[in-house]
Amino acid sequence: MTTTATPNRSTAIDNADLQAWKAAIAAQTPTQPPGLFSPAFVQETIAMTRRLFIQLQRRPSTLMAGVIQPLMWLILFGALFQNVPQGLFGDSKTDGQFLGAGIIVFTAFGGALNAGLPVMFDREFGFLNRFLVAPLASRYSIVLASALFIAAMSLVQTAAIVAVSAFLGAGLPDPFGLALVALIVLTLVLGETALSLGLSFALPGHIELIAVIFVTNLPLLFASTALVPLSFMPGWLQVVASLNPLSYAIEPIRYLYLHPDWGFGSVVMQAPFADITLGGALGILLAFCGGALVLVQPLLRRRMA
Amino acid sequence: MDPAVLISGLKKRYGSLEAVKDVSLSLQPGEIFGLLGPNGAGKTTTIRCLCTLAIPDAGRIEVNGISVLENPRLARQYLGYIAQEVALDKVLTGRELLQLQADLYHMPAKVARDRIPQMIELLELGDWADQKTGTYSGGLRKRLDLALGLLHQPDVLVLDEPTVGLDIETRSAVWQFLRDLKAAGTTILITSHYLEEVDALADRVAIIDRGVVIASGTPNALKDQIGGDRITLRIREFTPDDEAEQAKTLLQALPCVQEVIVNEAQGNSLNLVVEAQADALMTVQHALKGGNLPTFGIAQSRPSLDDVYLAATGRTLLDAEIAAAGSRDLKAERKQAMKGS
Repeated sequence: MTTTATPNRSTAIDNADLQAWKAAIAAQTPTQPPGLFSPAFVQETIAMTRRLFIQLQRRPSTLMAGVIQPLMWLILFGALFQNVPQGLFGDSKTDGQFLGAGIIVFTAFGGALNAGLPVMFDREFGFLNRFLVAPLASRYSIVLASALFIAAMSLVQTAAIVAVSAFLGAGLPDPFGLALVALIVLTLVLGETALSLGLSFALPGHIELIAVIFVTNLPLLFASTALVPLSFMPGWLQVVASLNPLSYAIEPIRYLYLHPDWGFGSVVMQAPFADITLGGALGILLAFCGGALVLVQPLLRRRMA
Repeated sequence: MDPAVLISGLKKRYGSLEAVKDVSLSLQPGEIFGLLGPNGAGKTTTIRCLCTLAIPDAGRIEVNGISVLENPRLARQYLGYIAQEVALDKVLTGRELLQLQADLYHMPAKVARDRIPQMIELLELGDWADQKTGTYSGGLRKRLDLALGLLHQPDVLVLDEPTVGLDIETRSAVWQFLRDLKAAGTTILITSHYLEEVDALADRVAIIDRGVVIASGTPNALKDQIGGDRITLRIREFTPDDEAEQAKTLLQALPCVQEVIVNEAQGNSLNLVVEAQADALMTVQHALKGGNLPTFGIAQSRPSLDDVYLAATGRTLLDAEIAAAGSRDLKAERKQAMKGS
């Protein structure tokens, strides 16, 4: 575009770098879409993630509550189950040992389930439009930024729970075991964050999203092996708990805590339909995560094309 | 040369509401184009489709010759979008939001390092740039919004109702800023339901009503097209009905008067359409004197864009606003808009 206008305030701020950058944009063709591994995708994802961390830094109460709450679970649930008969918790020597795994997973899950809320508020305030009108390399950066943020939060929470459990006498898994715990938490968080963000695009507003979170959160906790072992449940609930993805995160962590001699072939859960090995549980978690990411893709496309 | 923006045969329906029935526009590079119409006419829906926030049901949209529907990502690089309501993250500072915006447009660090301070200076954000945006005043929020929308130096800047809710001082500053931008070569599309805004800014205008473009051209051409001058006349400050009717009959008999409307909402003032001639005022006043009627106030003017709208739709913009306000379900519209597609 040529302009014959005399330079004024706005033209005076043109600079050579900016013009070179704009020329590079103009040279792009539709056949070169940047993908998920492009520098552009990394740049936008880092920027969106940075925003979430700046918010956290200026509103640290979320982090404090996020750490205090699972510790309260740990202590209160521990006290609640203190007098249950020996052997109820299976191989676990202490109830703290048993509950730690459940609370780690439940906490990570709860954080990820709520990941859609800030996005929903961005949508309602119109801030999300800034992302939607920008030439993002992929709108998965919105999902990934939330997932990275929630993952970091979950890892801090997990570390706190692991440390306090150890202090209460639950012991520690070996370093590889701890790494595996982190991997399990991250996989669950990524999948669940994707689903929550999918909901935040699909539902009409935050009231509806909060309603869904409300009816999902606690039932999924009670219909999992977080608080009692599978063997303690009635038959129908055993089936439900064996279909609950949370159980596939809880049982491996619990096993890692109790068995220093763990291997990927170790049976971690005896579901009504099959024995689940550690490797099998990880596979199911990864499949859950992948499935969730594929499931939200049309929502990202359609709602924000 | 491709038009900067081409919209052709645009249709968009939200449920049972036909927001846009048939809109076609073409913007030449470097012009300010005004989309004028009452609230609910389809202006915002049109620019949401242009800015890739909504998928049209039918029609073609191009920016710099690039199809917005086929290559939305490419088209987005040339578009800057300023929404009607300024949406900021109140926890972040202006500078942090500018940096975020730079990264969303994949601006190299070297470019952003120069560009961000320049935008802060250009929009006179000054020390506020490092304050949280939650502390900003309305005018300051709008200035930051402009800085954000312009950071990547878009070829086409789209503004939805740019001065709604702003104080008069900020409004004239925004107007001047847009004129400067235009002088620098930026193509600008604004929507407005303020006549004066479109009249003051736009090189060309399209008047849109109930989802259809009913007139388009330069403001002058549109006014000339409907022809005649307007005379607003008050017999008294509040004229009794019988006197107003008497004056109407009297004035209608004059050869230079084409139409007389008694405006009850304005204390029975009389709105006249007269042939554009220098002595029309004199003729009217003379006739009133002959009929023994006083003149409290009288003014002659060229037709306004509102008269263009009136001629095309049979109602004034204000009437349309009031009618629309009564029949609109704002909550449902807001939800639809939020849903996007």
